[in-house]
Amino acid sequence: MRSRPAASSADTPVVATLARLYPFVKPALPRLIAGMICALGASLCALAIPQVLEYAVNGPLLGSVDAGDTSGVWFAVLLVLGLGILEAGLIAARRAFILIPGTRVEAGLRMSLFRHLQDLPIAFHDQWPGGQLLSRSMSDLSSLRRWLSFGIVMLVVNSTTIVVGIVLMIRMAAPLGVAYLIGALPVVFFSYRFSRRFRRISRLSQDQAGDLATTVEESVHGIRVLKAYGRGREAYRNFSSQADELRGTELSKARVLSMFSFAIMTISEVVLGLCVFAGVWLVVDGQMTVGALVAFFATAGVVNGPVERLGELVSMSLYAKTAVDRYFEVLDTVNEVTDPAEPVRVNAPRGEVTFEGVHFHYADAPPIDLIPAPTTVPSEAPREEVLSGVDLHIRPGETMALVGLTGSGKTTMASLVPRLFDVTAGSLRIDGVDVRDLTRRDLRTLVSIAFEDATLFSASVRENVLFGAPPGQDDQRDLERALTVAQALFVHDLPDGVDTLIGEEGMSLSGGQRQRLALARAVAARPYVLVLDDPLSALDVSTEEAVTEQLRAELERTTTLIVAHRPSTVALADRVAVLQDGRVTGVGTHSELLVSHDHYRFVISSLIEDEESELVGKVRS
Amino acid sequence: MKGVPATPSVPLGVQDEENSQLDRVHSKAVRRRSLRLLGSTLAPLRATFVGTVVLVVIAQATRVLGPALIALAVDTALPQAQAGNWGPAIWISGGYVLAAIVAGATTAAFIRLAARVSQTVLLDLRQRVFGQTQRLSLEFHESYTSGRIISRQTSDLEALRELLDSGVTSLASGFLYMVFTAVSLFVLDVQAGLVLLVAAIPVWLITRWFQKRSQVLYRISRVASARLIVNFVENMTGIRAVQAFRREDANNARYGALTEDYRANTARTMGLNGIYDPALQLTGNVTVAVALAFGGFRVLDGSLEVGVLIATLLYTKRFFQPVQQMAMFYNSFQSAAAALEKISGLLEEIPTVRQAADPVPLPNAKGALRFSDVEFGYGAGKVVLPNLDLDIPAGQTIALVGQTGAGKSTVAKLVARFYDVTGGSVTLDGVDLRELASRDLRRAIVMVTQEAYLFSGTVRDNIALAKPEATDSEVEAAARAVGAHDFILALPDGYDTDVNKRGGRVSAGQRQLISFARAFLADPAVLILDEATSSLDIPGERLVQRGLQTLLADRTALIIAHRLSTVAIADRVLVMSDGRVVEDGTPEELIAGDGRFAALHHAWEDSLV
Ligand SMILES: Nc1ncnc2c1ncn2[C@@H]1O[C@H](COP(=O)(O)OP(=O)(O)OP(=O)(O)O)[C@@H](O)[C@H]1O
Ligand SMILES: Nc1ncnc2c1ncn2[C@@H]1O[C@H](COP(=O)(O)OP(=O)(O)OP(=O)(O)O)[C@@H](O)[C@H]1O
Ligand SMILES: [Mg+2]
Ligand SMILES: [Mg+2]
Repeated sequence: MRSRPAASSADTPVVATLARLYPFVKPALPRLIAGMICALGASLCALAIPQVLEYAVNGPLLGSVDAGDTSGVWFAVLLVLGLGILEAGLIAARRAFILIPGTRVEAGLRMSLFRHLQDLPIAFHDQWPGGQLLSRSMSDLSSLRRWLSFGIVMLVVNSTTIVVGIVLMIRMAAPLGVAYLIGALPVVFFSYRFSRRFRRISRLSQDQAGDLATTVEESVHGIRVLKAYGRGREAYRNFSSQADELRGTELSKARVLSMFSFAIMTISEVVLGLCVFAGVWLVVDGQMTVGALVAFFATAGVVNGPVERLGELVSMSLYAKTAVDRYFEVLDTVNEVTDPAEPVRVNAPRGEVTFEGVHFHYADAPPIDLIPAPTTVPSEAPREEVLSGVDLHIRPGETMALVGLTGSGKTTMASLVPRLFDVTAGSLRIDGVDVRDLTRRDLRTLVSIAFEDATLFSASVRENVLFGAPPGQDDQRDLERALTVAQALFVHDLPDGVDTLIGEEGMSLSGGQRQRLALARAVAARPYVLVLDDPLSALDVSTEEAVTEQLRAELERTTTLIVAHRPSTVALADRVAVLQDGRVTGVGTHSELLVSHDHYRFVISSLIEDEESELVGKVRS
Repeated sequence: MKGVPATPSVPLGVQDEENSQLDRVHSKAVRRRSLRLLGSTLAPLRATFVGTVVLVVIAQATRVLGPALIALAVDTALPQAQAGNWGPAIWISGGYVLAAIVAGATTAAFIRLAARVSQTVLLDLRQRVFGQTQRLSLEFHESYTSGRIISRQTSDLEALRELLDSGVTSLASGFLYMVFTAVSLFVLDVQAGLVLLVAAIPVWLITRWFQKRSQVLYRISRVASARLIVNFVENMTGIRAVQAFRREDANNARYGALTEDYRANTARTMGLNGIYDPALQLTGNVTVAVALAFGGFRVLDGSLEVGVLIATLLYTKRFFQPVQQMAMFYNSFQSAAAALEKISGLLEEIPTVRQAADPVPLPNAKGALRFSDVEFGYGAGKVVLPNLDLDIPAGQTIALVGQTGAGKSTVAKLVARFYDVTGGSVTLDGVDLRELASRDLRRAIVMVTQEAYLFSGTVRDNIALAKPEATDSEVEAAARAVGAHDFILALPDGYDTDVNKRGGRVSAGQRQLISFARAFLADPAVLILDEATSSLDIPGERLVQRGLQTLLADRTALIIAHRLSTVAIADRVLVMSDGRVVEDGTPEELIAGDGRFAALHHAWEDSLV
């Protein structure tokens, strides 16, 4: 059913793509086929109308001029009218049939992608530029829709017309028809080459369009930086050169298409031109009748249109093909952080958190080449780890501060708890259950987190705070409680109170206001384990004190892991863990550690001597 | 749905963008605006455009030549050949081959030219929208959202592209074809021509109907696709929060609803086409039947020759041949026009913060800042700074402290001219910021914003953003000065490590160090640091402070910090509360006093260990 280049390409990727697409298109297939039948029927009607006209003019009209008999004319008129209405009806039916596959398949695929993207782990999202995902979801899928609702139907109708036409031509005038068919051979060859080149270029152009969308996205998200440094001009120049590159790709795409179109149009027509002479010769030679010659060329005329449109249709199909490939590239990405086959439930959660021999490195961590470290995973080369054997036990209800230098892995460790990343070795347990044995939903109901960047949404304050709150009847009370704990009562002074929209990423709030909303959001989720990543960094001393006061009461029964850079934040905690060189090297109360732990003193104390801070550089690297 | 101004002569901009049921006056106005935009992007391409149309005409003509040559071959060359004269057969055959080559070549050339036109227009529009996005002020961006800009740059331009790629040429060829056919018909038989004229009435009516409906539907379609994109972008940007707070199902429901909206609307536009196209076809077919009846009876009367009837019928039939193409063109035109309405609206927006018509140059700013009677509030919101008077001599280092939400960042953003004051003025070396050439302003004043935003790209690129022509050693020196050099070297590719989107590859403190290094490299007369060390560890902060002391020796600095350690290096401390400066003095004075700052400072000192 596909275009010729597809069938003849050796690596059969087109077939693979179609096979991959099949399950999604399957429910719409009957309609698609019905649409094709209608389209074929409409073409037949279109072909029949001139025949009827010819018959009418030659038959009834010529025959009955003298007789004055009008019935023949009426008959012909009614026939033409009937065929005309039938044609229009078939066109309408074709469009009605195609409507569903076109839009439903697109919407279904779009939803599948969105679902899958939401399911894929953070590690995936860190790697993939936003524009690439967006272009897959929007423009790639809409080019598939266009192909489904137009391209494939026309391709099938045209191919059928061509095949039937050529068969007819061979039957009418075998030598000429065969010559025409032989003329198609180089077309097949060209199609093959064209298909490969065009696919490469169309893929390139789609990728570049995705990159361009990424640049646009970043230029808007980073507009404050660009404005602060007055770099609008550079950004513009950079964007322009990228857009110009895309333009270049599109132009070379057009060039490849133009060559292909030239080849198929010219070859078939040149063969026909030679057939003119050959036909005359055959007739003169007595091997063919004049009628057959005329019929041959009349049919060739019908076949010509579809042949001419072949280039356009094939290129449209190939474009849709690479778009679909791009789409499935993401959809087929395997999720590494999945729910277990047989999930365990924590029946009476207490909120005990245990890190045991936790190792972690990011996917792009470079291998260690110098020190041949002993490794627990022999099959894999040892890599530079962020966490290399963390042991930490947080008792139920306890508040544990996590202290370490910038870049020591505190955020990394915190994000392991709600399984935003999976440990690479060792285990992390909540109430004795490995987090990988819980469903992510259950785990994340137990655990809630406040990120170091607020990560708010352009919605109302209410929606943002109740983002993860259990759906309950008492939303209002939850909201108030969370706002009070986070000392975010300023929201009542906003123009629409808690229904005020806070702008994209909460940008119409002050830094401290954003941070407190993020804190309120974490609190409102009513977790058993609360992970707070440096939650007070943007607060002034007195607000910090007020929040601390509230939090201390709130955290009484919630297990809390709180990343801290300041002594004032540490004050919240029952105990402190020091993260150093990928390990927890000390656990104890603040005052114990101040006495016993050099590194802790170095990290947390502002009162140490200057010479000591010379060490910073060395320790840091 | 906000109200729209009564007179559309006022630029509408993006106001009312989401409203698809515009009244007549506004509908006309935005339509005209979008066509003007299209015209202005096509204007420089006039020659290429005309060339494209000429090529289409030639290609069409050679295509028409084919059947004529074959008729000639059967009628003349064949009898001649039978008589032994092969000349005509050879000539005609050769002519056919030639015509084929010409048709192929012109078609190929036309495909290229059409792509050139379309791509040049798209590039032009992309650049315009991008430039405009950069020019527009933050106030605009806060409410417009990135997703909508992205949808202008992607799906809207896509709609236009469809029109440019195929529409224009099918219009040109189809229109010419129809005109030629109609003229031939009139020449042949006026009465048959009149039948055609009568048929024009239903065509016109159907088209009007289609135009009205599709205009609205395509507007809705643009809005629906923009909403889809906005939602998508926001959820992908905030994916951490989405996953951590289990919002997947709620999001699926919302995104699903938006997808369905968009789908339903697409289906409606396709449905509209599904009526329009067959209706035109039906009109054409009925016209042929009528022409047959009309002509047939005249033949029976004897008032019309059979030969003429055949010809008129053929012409009538042919006249409607390109109708499907024309319907397609009109459809993509409607879609593109709706997209252009949105794009032109964005382009029409006038930035609230813009360079003066006659800017004052200030190539070597000293850095004296002055706020006189400044009043400021964000948009229509409440006043944040009611009345601010402040004089900062060149070279002074100011620490700005105060409760969160007091208005510290607002002061900073006014100095950096992210916003314009609503009353009073801010001056640099005596020149109102609004009068200052923006190049000089940006060179003189640099701000490290509270959010350390990194672009995807290498560490080096991110630091060099402050000074694109900086050498590697300058970049390194800046990184060293803030104590970022060591950790950067520890990254897999050192300065060439990609920090990923938003700098996700490095830790929060590392992000701050990199943006700090940027400011060092920029070397401005006035440096604003808004909570630039809030995520740093204490040793790191100390290192930065040391670097600052040398850096700030001879420049004006405005340091906003909650960690009062910064205050030590300040010449002067300003305490803000509710948009007012409530205390002002040297650190020593204030600490010795008994005001807020003294209390704050004691509390802070107590917290230290
Ligand atoms: N997505 C990532 N991919 C690769 N490496 C990463 C990624 N995120 C962080 N890192 C690296 O891992 C280390 C630990 O980062 P992490 O964010 O956990 O530090 P942190 O202790 O939270 O620091 P900070 O106090 O600055 O927030 C850093 O060296 C950082 O460069
Ligand atoms: N873009 C904005 N649109 C509307 N209101 C804003 C915007 N930015 C800030 N505000 C409001 O203006 C007030 C002052 O905000 P500003 O950012 O200046 O506070 P700040 O002193 O910097 O606080 P923080 O220490 O929390 O950063 C706040 O009430 C805030 O909600
Ligand atoms: Mg961190
Ligand atoms: Mg601020």
